[in-house]
Amino acid sequence: MQVHKYDVIIVGAGGAGMRAAIESGQRARTAVLTKLYPTRSHTGAAQGGMCAALANVEEDNWEWHTFDTVKGGDYLVDQDAAEVMAKEAIDAVIDLEKMGLPFNRTPEGRIDQRRFGGHTRDHGKAPVRRSCYAADRTGHMILQTLYQNCVKHNVEFYNEYYVLDLLTVEEDATREDGTPYKQKRIAGVVSYDLATGELHVFQAKSVILATGGAGKVFKTTSNAHTLTGDGMGIAFRKGIPLEDMEFFQFHPTGLAGLGILLSEAARGEGAILRNSEGERFMERYAPTIKDLAPRDIVARSMANEVREGRGCGPNKDYVLLDLTHLEPAHIDAKLPDITEFARTYLGVEPYTEPVPVFPTAHYAMGGVPTNIATEVLQDNDTIIPGLYAAGEVACVSVHGSNRLGTNSLLDINVFGKRAGVAAAEYAKGAEFIDLPANPEADTQALLDHVRTSDGGEKVAAIRKDLQNTMDANMQVFRTAESIDRVLADIATFEERYSRITVQDKGKRFNLDLLEAVELGFLLELAKVMTVAALHRQESRGGHYREDFPDRDDEKFMKHSMAYKDAAVTSESSEEHIAGIRLGTKPVVVTRYQPMVRKY
Amino acid sequence: MSPVETAETAPEPLSKIELPAHLGGGGEIPTFDITLRVRRYDPEFSEESKWEDFTMTMYGTDRVLDALHKVKWEQDGSLSFRRSCAHGVCGSDAMRINGRNRLACKTLLKDLDTTKPITVEALKGLPVEKDLIVDMEPFFQSYREIMPFLINRSHEPSKERLQSAEERARFDDTTKCILCAACTSSCPVFWTDGQYFGPAAIVNAHRFIFDSRDDAGDMRLEILNDKEGVWRCRTTFNCTEACPRGIQVTQAIAEVKQAILARQV
Repeated sequence: MQVHKYDVIIVGAGGAGMRAAIESGQRARTAVLTKLYPTRSHTGAAQGGMCAALANVEEDNWEWHTFDTVKGGDYLVDQDAAEVMAKEAIDAVIDLEKMGLPFNRTPEGRIDQRRFGGHTRDHGKAPVRRSCYAADRTGHMILQTLYQNCVKHNVEFYNEYYVLDLLTVEEDATREDGTPYKQKRIAGVVSYDLATGELHVFQAKSVILATGGAGKVFKTTSNAHTLTGDGMGIAFRKGIPLEDMEFFQFHPTGLAGLGILLSEAARGEGAILRNSEGERFMERYAPTIKDLAPRDIVARSMANEVREGRGCGPNKDYVLLDLTHLEPAHIDAKLPDITEFARTYLGVEPYTEPVPVFPTAHYAMGGVPTNIATEVLQDNDTIIPGLYAAGEVACVSVHGSNRLGTNSLLDINVFGKRAGVAAAEYAKGAEFIDLPANPEADTQALLDHVRTSDGGEKVAAIRKDLQNTMDANMQVFRTAESIDRVLADIATFEERYSRITVQDKGKRFNLDLLEAVELGFLLELAKVMTVAALHRQESRGGHYREDFPDRDDEKFMKHSMAYKDAAVTSESSEEHIAGIRLGTKPVVVTRYQPMVRKY
Repeated sequence: MSPVETAETAPEPLSKIELPAHLGGGGEIPTFDITLRVRRYDPEFSEESKWEDFTMTMYGTDRVLDALHKVKWEQDGSLSFRRSCAHGVCGSDAMRINGRNRLACKTLLKDLDTTKPITVEALKGLPVEKDLIVDMEPFFQSYREIMPFLINRSHEPSKERLQSAEERARFDDTTKCILCAACTSSCPVFWTDGQYFGPAAIVNAHRFIFDSRDDAGDMRLEILNDKEGVWRCRTTFNCTEACPRGIQVTQAIAEVKQAILARQV
């Protein structure tokens, strides 16, 4: 085992991690650990754009953007965080342009902007052109531009290093009111080098989690195979809570049966959804902004059309995205990639035929709780000094119960930058914390168990069963019954997981072993999502309970906080389910009182 | 650019239309049996590489990546390959499929001849680590050497730099690169001379050389005028054929060559 020492360790090399690295790398000795090569990160799959109230093409301002974000998140958004994001959005876009990002341009040579779901003029009056974009590969351009600038600044990367544990210590401390508590501190991380199978311990003054999402808990997803929630999982196992995990976004337009993302930019550019009767059904669900309603509403509307028998295709299980009224030249200029996906994977020509689509699991609104300075919280308000999180792994919370399109590319840039600056500044004034004795012991034990266990259960089979039950029971419509079914299923999966066999016994590039480790994270996170969903007896944003179809601000306008608590048994009270303790955290409300959410 | 209809100028689409009978590509999905012939290599156990056949039943919408996953998940967990996004944008799973460099996630099985074994092997010209995994470091080293980042020496405006739509279009094609190495590792010159920068590095140099905001084109042209630079290109077009993003790679290399010549005149 090797031990390395850095001021700042960044875990993950997607948009948030690399945006942080550009700041941190110029201020402190920094290394980025990533389970992939940086340019493979899933930021590169984002398509439609990044919203900022530049007002380049029509009147706009950051306050409208803040309002849209709060309303889009169904009032579960922390409004101070949304305000920070909407304000800093403008500089975030300009920063990227100066780094070289090739945005599409207006005839005047300014950054062009287009419409996107839920982004409106003057508090919902009409769609507004706010999304800055580069064709339909904005995420690709952001990822490439950030990587280019990491190369420019000589950022040090450890590629294909899987971070499997956070090294934390706990100290006795006393709150202002005299009550004692355990203060967590971060000492470093433990990492597995894919190429050699060796463990490496990285001691650090600051650690930034930027590991992205966990979409692989679902079967139908726009997410990469590698999005297994590792960062959320390792934090949760160290007693760090996970916030608002019941809120998962289903993007309306995944390619039917495949889940491959077709950007909302298609609808921003004028495409519409139709059911089997050829009807533009969004006119019924969102009369004002129709197909450009926020994603939770569009996804539910689509699922409802299918449920009521107006789905298309031989099994009537999808709806259609219709671009046929748009000029082919316009489609080629603005939506070249997604139309190619339709051709490549479904053999459909979008110029002349509508494209089969259905909601696809897309984005975790919840994650590791942070404050607006990106500092990770160990409870509702105690920070863990030196530990930061940004991007999809984090819950700051700017997305509340439903993220608006483009706000994730914005989130990673705004809060990635904040994390990079904050982590480096903290490291300058901090000392290294002594590593615990045998820092790699837990990770070694985990790997040894996975490698030597021989019960014959296949990792892929358990994962498939997990994904199937999550799709069937935890998608856009949920009930207590469906959620309970998932919890019961997960209990059996956990038992099977204890009896897995990994076939690859080698040291080099043992992805078989790592898929088994990743399944452990998926099971853990699926359970957190499910327990939190069971407890939230209301419908809000991406979480829709058919048995509780209304939003209930009195009881539930608060964040959920899930803690791993081994002492809790499955027979415990409703706040203690399946080894998870649930708490709540108040929502930060500044200027917007909750209103009925209509579009 | 010619004016096109935009969301703002287009007429509102009809509330209801008559749909075509087949509803956009639906229908029964056919199944078929395939043999996947994979070149296996794991130096931890043997210095020899060997071909191994796997047979399976697959569906009409399945890609080569799905077949690889089926092997790994159901037959032999030790089969090793990189993959991530699974829809052709991350560049992880470039490999040689039936002798051509392609992304496994973008190659549909039904588009291959499934009556014969489908051969899958690691990219050529980069050191093989295990099965389909190659050492990407030489590839990224060349990329880093062409200074793949915007260099602008002028005064920074407080807002964005201006760039016309035409200037932006000048280098649009080469911004599509996902660094998958399919082009570079399809190049016969690269196979015999690993020092050659290779198409991908030149594509990424092109992306900046022709960006109106960049001031370091001369430096990049100087680098590529090196004996291992653009002049090694023999215009065999393998790179253009291999590019999963449809970049006109050979043309980009030709444009860089012309820029070097024009500068010397």
